[in-house]
Amino acid sequence: MSEAPLLEMEGIRKSFVGVEVLHGVDLDLRAGEIHAIVGENGAGKSTLMKVLAGVHAPDEGTMRIDGEEISFAHPHAAQAAGVGIVYQEFNLLPDRTVAENVFVGREPTARGVVDRRRMERETAALLDEVGETGFGSRTLVGRLSVAQQQVVEIVKARSLNARILVLDEPTAALADHEVELLFGLVRRLQERGIGMLYISHRLREVFALADRITVLKDGGLVKTLATSQTDSRELVHLMVGRELDAYYPPRGETDDFGDVRLKVTGLSTSLLRDVSLQVRAGEIVGVAGLQGSGRTELARAIFGADPMKAGTIEIDGRPVRFRTPRAAVRAGLGFITEDRKIEGLALAQSIADNMLLAVRTVVPGGRRRRSTPGLMSVKELAAATDLRARGPEQEVRFLSGGNQQKVVLAKWLETQPQVLIFDEPTRGIDVGAKAGIHDLIRKLAREGVAVLMISSELPELIGMSDRILVMHEGTLAGELPADARESDIMHLATGHTEAAA
Amino acid sequence: MTTEQATPGGFESSVESRGRRALHALLSTGTIFLLLFVLLAWIAVLNPSFLEPGPFLAYLKRAAPLVILAAGGYFVIVSGGFDLSVGSLVTVIVVAAARLIEGEPSRAWPVIALLLAIGATVGLVNGLVSTLLRVPSFITTLGMLLILEGAVFLWTGGAPTGALSENFRAIGRQGIEGIPLIEQLPWSVLVLFAIGIGAVLLMRADYGRQLIATGDNDRAARMSGVRVNQVRTIAFVLSGTLAAVAGILVGGFAGVSAQAGLGLEFDAITAIVLGGVVLGGGRGSVVGAMAGALTLEALFTLLNLQGISGALEDTVQGVIIIAAVAFASYRLRGTR
Amino acid sequence: MTVVDPESTATPPPEPPRGVAAWRESLRASPATPVYAALVGVFLLAWLIVALRGGSFLTLDNVVNMLQRSVALGIVSAGQTLVILAGSLDLSVAQMISLASLLGAGQMDGQEANVVPAIALVLAVGAGVGLVNGLVITKLRVNAFIATLGMALILKGIIDNRWDGPYGSVPDSVESFGYTRFGILPMSVFLLLAVVAAVWFLLRYTRFGHHIYAVGGDEEVSRLSGLRTHRTIIGAHIICSLLAALTGLFLASRLGAGTPTVGPEGGYDLESIAAVVLGGTALMGGRGGVLGTLAGVFILAVLDSTFNELQVNAFLKDVVRGVIIIAAVAVYARRKGAE
Repeated sequence: MSEAPLLEMEGIRKSFVGVEVLHGVDLDLRAGEIHAIVGENGAGKSTLMKVLAGVHAPDEGTMRIDGEEISFAHPHAAQAAGVGIVYQEFNLLPDRTVAENVFVGREPTARGVVDRRRMERETAALLDEVGETGFGSRTLVGRLSVAQQQVVEIVKARSLNARILVLDEPTAALADHEVELLFGLVRRLQERGIGMLYISHRLREVFALADRITVLKDGGLVKTLATSQTDSRELVHLMVGRELDAYYPPRGETDDFGDVRLKVTGLSTSLLRDVSLQVRAGEIVGVAGLQGSGRTELARAIFGADPMKAGTIEIDGRPVRFRTPRAAVRAGLGFITEDRKIEGLALAQSIADNMLLAVRTVVPGGRRRRSTPGLMSVKELAAATDLRARGPEQEVRFLSGGNQQKVVLAKWLETQPQVLIFDEPTRGIDVGAKAGIHDLIRKLAREGVAVLMISSELPELIGMSDRILVMHEGTLAGELPADARESDIMHLATGHTEAAA
Repeated sequence: MTTEQATPGGFESSVESRGRRALHALLSTGTIFLLLFVLLAWIAVLNPSFLEPGPFLAYLKRAAPLVILAAGGYFVIVSGGFDLSVGSLVTVIVVAAARLIEGEPSRAWPVIALLLAIGATVGLVNGLVSTLLRVPSFITTLGMLLILEGAVFLWTGGAPTGALSENFRAIGRQGIEGIPLIEQLPWSVLVLFAIGIGAVLLMRADYGRQLIATGDNDRAARMSGVRVNQVRTIAFVLSGTLAAVAGILVGGFAGVSAQAGLGLEFDAITAIVLGGVVLGGGRGSVVGAMAGALTLEALFTLLNLQGISGALEDTVQGVIIIAAVAFASYRLRGTR
Repeated sequence: MTVVDPESTATPPPEPPRGVAAWRESLRASPATPVYAALVGVFLLAWLIVALRGGSFLTLDNVVNMLQRSVALGIVSAGQTLVILAGSLDLSVAQMISLASLLGAGQMDGQEANVVPAIALVLAVGAGVGLVNGLVITKLRVNAFIATLGMALILKGIIDNRWDGPYGSVPDSVESFGYTRFGILPMSVFLLLAVVAAVWFLLRYTRFGHHIYAVGGDEEVSRLSGLRTHRTIIGAHIICSLLAALTGLFLASRLGAGTPTVGPEGGYDLESIAAVVLGGTALMGGRGGVLGTLAGVFILAVLDSTFNELQVNAFLKDVVRGVIIIAAVAVYARRKGAE
């Protein structure tokens, strides 16, 4: 390893829309070093890497490569400076070959004509460099597995002479043996003096690969340590451990809980293995887990949006089988999805139309609807969810995130569900609106709804849940009582089954 | 940052009255009505008798088939699809009507029922192939267009046989006589209004709301319990049936020919797009689509009055389509 | 946990095969191969059916005839292939063909000396139309279907306004071009093969061709990779309209004059899309190629010829064609989904 650091980032600050997400972070990387960056969801890892990759310009702070100060006006400038970043979402063309993908936009030419042989030769050489033997430069990218496509992305970055390589959660979608292959690849690059920033929450890998570890929390740098001088317990402690200072509505008492409304036994899908749980009327059961642990897959399988391979579901004691979301809705389930813009709302439609979207499939017809008890008018729904908008005809796309989420909530309220599943209920919502939604969820529970709540925000999870289930790599790692500690949750979520002291 | 508000949440305006909502709906399709108004005014300036009941009703009679096609096409387009088969379907209807009726008045009504069934069946096939077999509707209806064109050839070898009966023709040509002021209220205009009102009511009912939500975001619709495939197939059935109605009017009005429906699918799409409906679905009203048809017809009337030969009509139509869509996509981008 | 020994030599990546092995592998990988297999299948089926009916299908005359018939559709479909690969569409080709035939024959006016300037003029107009199409689609952000449909109407209006029957005349020397034979094959077939070869070369060996595939495959990814996506789409449209113009010139040479209906009568707009789609090019773009389109054109020619031979009525012909196109798209969509 050479003397001067390959990369130095000092005092990086970044704000979006008036909210500061990076508070003066420092980071340095040496040539041939594997430097891990860990932190919870939302700790600022992605933003920091995007600053490095030239996607965002920092508000304050400096960056130096090989000791020379540098700034990037555009991602291409970062590429030219030798920074390569492999995102979780690949930028590949599935119908083109590996070589064609690696050289897209920069195809080498000889006498005006694309030199295919050179493309394939150079790609083959790069594949050789990383030790890839499973496919060649002529294979169609669409035929490759996710792990292999990732190798193509890495090779693509290397073909641009990247000396600083950022890997963003590289093993999130890989099977165990593929992870081993990636390790080999990473180590081979290390030998060549490539410096790598390895973002991951999988502590096992971090300890296997990294020379140093930087911990980020809530947008700030906590500490940078040498791997040999720490252990996972300390790391987890550094990653979490906040004071629960926000107000949450009081939890339910065991007496308040009624019969079991939702019972899942042995649920298995392509990602999940043998998951069982139950939720009583009036209970809020939280679901914790790291990205990729299967929380959303669990919700979707219960809701009939994805097929189940095995397992049974009972609603109020009745066995059910949902082949479509429609069946679930008619059986009294509701699902507030993770991304309201993609699966929750028809953005060009009015508030009224969005609020009534689900109930129209359950209770058809105008006259019949008026005679069904409990159905609220759009105005009543707006009041119930504390919605701030101009009028029922306003198009939903003009609303703030918090108000949009309230429209989604209203949609499900109107169906008077027995079971409600929430996936990241307050994501992208400001503090004021968050509290309102929390109150609403607890109110629904008190009225007898069984609530299953997925959340990546540990304070929210702990503050709201009467019980917490923790998922890890497709299975239920364990269950914790209300008032669990963040570190306990994290331990289970990262796959450590050592008992908390 | 919002702070806790003392007042309870809710809409800023009080419950919008029916009238206000109607006004709002009218305004949101504003541009097309403005254009329609301008064109009609222009025509009236060049030919003052245009605003008299006789000529004006004649204009509506001419426009009726296109307006009905626009309504039918609207259902498909707003749900995210295309129906390219309506033109050739109209031709099939006209030719089949002549062959089956053969001038015999007693056959007219049963044949009409059959023709509507044919339209509905064609729509059903289009819908099922596009949803269950997952063939893009562009291709499905394109294939259907070829099949129907072939059907016409089978029956006519280029020259249609048979004849329509007087009572059949009356639908496209005649009307209720003896009404004060206007003399004759054409049947086609009555059909036009009936269908127009029906279409508006349908779009305001559950089905219509689900249809437009499907076109806007079919994933969200599905996750909310909408039967996306069924909703889309029904849209095709509506399109086919209404094309049959348009065909009946065309047959009566323009007579029988193997070119009766030539190019009508493109005219319909022009009208729909002109009316502010977005290709790809989710936005636009059926009233807008129908207004677009009236506007297109007014434009053709105007061009005729100006002495622009029939041929350049096509050029003008081409420029209009492009301008209308460019304008619409510009507005879309602006408001994002 | 296994420790990977950095010293161990990994097995080298498979050497790209050479010679016959390379040819065999590229055949297996090419998306056009199944279409050619289908072509052979259709051909054999046609031969069988005709033989059973007592006719003769596999005559030299017949085959040459089919090839001859494929030339016009083949040239315009090659252009359509480029546009569809880039993720766009061109519905104005039929009118472009008519316009080209009229302008070309008109300019030539029976004089040999005018031939070259006439061709230059027509190709320039073709390029101009393609440029407008491309600009409207990229800069005005108008859907390709609407933009080229609008252009078709604009051209139709211009044509119908100025001409209402055959116009101009093509000098005899040019007219005979379409009929002279080089060996057993007419010259026109070589024209087709030359065009297809040129387009194939463009797609495989030029940056522009590679960019067409990239933009058609995923416009966003292409943009992020630094491609000028608008230029690529505009370029594809220019070439498409150029080839449509060329087709118009060719048809004029065969008819001896230009006519306003030669384009729409041949159904070249929808037929060229059908040939492209039959040939395995995805309607969404990014996948496929011109060799497949050629096979698609031949399949349509075989079907056409067979139906004529059997004197099958037009209805059945169009129905079968319509069903085949839909079925082909459904099958390709299924295959892609299953991968």
